[in-house]
Amino acid sequence: MANSETALLVEDLHKSFGSLQVLKGISLTAHDHDVVSILGSSGSGKSTFLRCINLLETPTSGKVSVQGELIRMSQRSDGTPVLEDRKQVERIRSKLAMVFQQFNLWSHMTVLENVIEAPVHVLKVPKAEAIERAEKVLQRVGMFERKDYYPAHLSGGQQQRAAIARALAMEPEMMLFDEPTSALDPELVGEVLKVMRSLADEGRTMLVVTHEMGFAREVSSRVMFLHEGCVEEDGPPEQVFEQPKSERFRQFQAGTLK
Amino acid sequence: MDVEAIVSNLPLYLEGLWITVQLVVLALAAGLVLSVPIAIAAASHNPLVYALPKTYIYFFRGTPLLVQMFIIYYGFAQFQAVQESFLWPVLKEAYWCALIAFTLNTAGYTSEILRGAIRQTAFGEIEAAKACGMSAALVYRRIILPSAFRRALPAYGNEVIFMLHGSAVAGVITIVDLFGAARIVNSRHFVPFESFITAGVFYLCLTFMIIWAFKRLEKRWFAYLRPREE
Repeated sequence: MANSETALLVEDLHKSFGSLQVLKGISLTAHDHDVVSILGSSGSGKSTFLRCINLLETPTSGKVSVQGELIRMSQRSDGTPVLEDRKQVERIRSKLAMVFQQFNLWSHMTVLENVIEAPVHVLKVPKAEAIERAEKVLQRVGMFERKDYYPAHLSGGQQQRAAIARALAMEPEMMLFDEPTSALDPELVGEVLKVMRSLADEGRTMLVVTHEMGFAREVSSRVMFLHEGCVEEDGPPEQVFEQPKSERFRQFQAGTLK
Repeated sequence: MDVEAIVSNLPLYLEGLWITVQLVVLALAAGLVLSVPIAIAAASHNPLVYALPKTYIYFFRGTPLLVQMFIIYYGFAQFQAVQESFLWPVLKEAYWCALIAFTLNTAGYTSEILRGAIRQTAFGEIEAAKACGMSAALVYRRIILPSAFRRALPAYGNEVIFMLHGSAVAGVITIVDLFGAARIVNSRHFVPFESFITAGVFYLCLTFMIIWAFKRLEKRWFAYLRPREE
């Protein structure tokens, strides 16, 4: 049973695209204030796993519950999975803010418009209040001075910080990061990691798919390593990094340290 | 040059100008409203949803405006059932027939422009909208359509000009629009050059105004695409 502190419960999650099995039974329990780093080489299923949690992908089977609320899913007669209750999915998504690898800011809106969009239209926050909230989160990520810029006029790091502000403005229960620094020039990675680190420090619940080993090691409370759709390592970072059980993780570590 | 014939008929030209502006503005407005649901349906990936709107678009882009207008004005009147129906008070009027033909025609072209623009929406932007809990309708209203309208603007400006010029066919079915006025002046005074060049000048002025209006709109809507002005 999920208690009130269980932020996320995933049980035996499977996902296939056609005949390709991407996730082969993944379970995860995350509590409030956990920062879980999900590692793995490309094709290991880590992004798919994250996208199944906010239902951008519909899991083939398995259970996902967010704060004790089980997401209702069923299967059509041909076996394709369907989400039963759109309203429920939309409500749950509004509690799980996502930050994407490619930022995905809405290009025809300024930074400020991006940040107030979902609070105003999804959460129905009055506009004046949403702007106030937006300015606060933009200060927080160091983007206040650029609030009237369009995304195309910003560097990748600035766009990603704006995207983090957009996620924060939803006052989410949990934040999902899908390789947030992978599309950035090396010298811009630091500014984004710094923001993420400060979010972890203030006790936010975060699920981070990343290649940043330093971040995983120093910031997260828990590390998960996926390989070919299975969990190969799972535990506190000290344990996973110091005494890895799997040979694959050792190879992975050696490979990424190059 | 018979300037006198033109000057004495200026009131007729102005009346024609007014009719042309009416027909074009009303048809464009109604056509634009119609084109949004048609374009959304045509952009669908489901054959059951896109079959009908795509057929509609194909028909109205595939046949000349003049033929469409003749079918509505002359063609439908041939049927007794139409003459006895409640639609007859509308369909017996050349003005309404032209307006209907123009509306359906521009709706076809505009739908196709919009459909393409909708399909080009960056997938990541749609995903980001879904990820923050927007419903499908809200994603369309707040993200896809506003960005699609922007992309569609230059092509739509072209369509507006085509509609203006295409509206000259109204003069063929007894409507005294700009072209109709020119035909009347010509038949009264036998001055084909003067009468039609005058209509041409009016069309040019209208076109110029359309281009100017679209330039202003582009300036406002395309700020996000231009280099930032410091």
